[in-house]
Amino acid sequence: MKPAPFAYERPQSLAEACALLAEGGAKLLAGGQSLGPMLNLRLVQPEMLVDLGGLAELKASERLGDGVRLGALVTHAQIEDGRAPDPTGGILPRVASGIAYRAIRNRGTLGGSLAHADPAADWLTVLAALGATVIARGADGERRIAVAALATGAFETVLGEAEILAAVEIPAVSAEARWGYVKLARKPGEFADAMAAVFRDPGRGVSRAVIGATHGPPMMFEDFSEAALAEAFVRFDPVERRLYRAALARAVAEADA
Amino acid sequence: MKEVSFTVNGRPVAARVEPRTSLADFLREHDLLTGTHLGCEHGVCGACTILIDGAPARSCIAYAVACEGADIRTIEGLDDDSLAAELRAAFTAEHALQCGYCTPAMLIAARDIVLRLPEADEARIRRELAGNLCRCTGYLGIVRAIERVIAARRRA
Repeated sequence: MKPAPFAYERPQSLAEACALLAEGGAKLLAGGQSLGPMLNLRLVQPEMLVDLGGLAELKASERLGDGVRLGALVTHAQIEDGRAPDPTGGILPRVASGIAYRAIRNRGTLGGSLAHADPAADWLTVLAALGATVIARGADGERRIAVAALATGAFETVLGEAEILAAVEIPAVSAEARWGYVKLARKPGEFADAMAAVFRDPGRGVSRAVIGATHGPPMMFEDFSEAALAEAFVRFDPVERRLYRAALARAVAEADA
Repeated sequence: MKEVSFTVNGRPVAARVEPRTSLADFLREHDLLTGTHLGCEHGVCGACTILIDGAPARSCIAYAVACEGADIRTIEGLDDDSLAAELRAAFTAEHALQCGYCTPAMLIAARDIVLRLPEADEARIRRELAGNLCRCTGYLGIVRAIERVIAARRRA
């Protein structure tokens, strides 16, 4: 065993989970594919793990009028295999198939990935581009947060201490929508050095680009002209600038192809 | 300490575990199933890959306490599995191992590839193997062994 000692609880309801979180010192366990390594490396040393694995309501998905609501515990592999409803014409399964490795995708979850807010996480960038919304549940009820506004920094989100990311709502894309998604990494499954998503959906009047793996929250562009990019990239070093530009250029080319 | 119960290779197991005990350590030290190997212990190298509810998973970053009710299968539990037998023969024929440290998990990953992607070509097999590191073979024999089993199944 490698982690520092922790207590373990497996609540049977979201309310019970929120109450355990409110005691302080606890971390939520979803699929554990990022938390496990961090515990083993002792980068985090929580007093308690609150395992969401017993909450069936977080595993359910449903079709909405215009899109889907996916439970936070839906795994990347379920999305990859088409075992979760997809309102995006194949965008979600393609993205899922490129996350880490199959053994990780079998356990890792959509909600866990978003709440963890690793800048290099695929869903944070992709779902910001698609205009998705997360549903956060707390003791006082629920609130909706745009994925684009979820992360405030690397591994930091607007979620409260005792709030749980319960579900993700993803709007449907229209038939004429164009999509490009590129990750720059040295090896399949590695954390990306840069990533870019381009989404143009005339049917919904949307055109935006999102750049991820930037050491901070995803960067959203409605105007991705040279001038706008130059201004946004001022704070990065020349190597990073080249990486982000290359990822974006390839994503634009993919969307326009 | 927490009570937990699950099945390992079809056999019911009930134990009291410290929550921080990884599933890999539990299997190796409580059940003496040492075919599950530990490499990096943070989910990167793939040496500890086993089956949880039929799907490959890293046992070094799963905690035994969180596996209540799960169906766990290790390489030892695939002795009588016909596909695992085909893969073992192919690994031998193609010299798909040298030191053997990655091999139990390679067999589990290979079995998953054959079952899930019966049309996989060399490029796809290589991509799917990205999550299992081998430092001896350069993957050549491993990829050939999986290709051999896929080709044989296609002819059958």
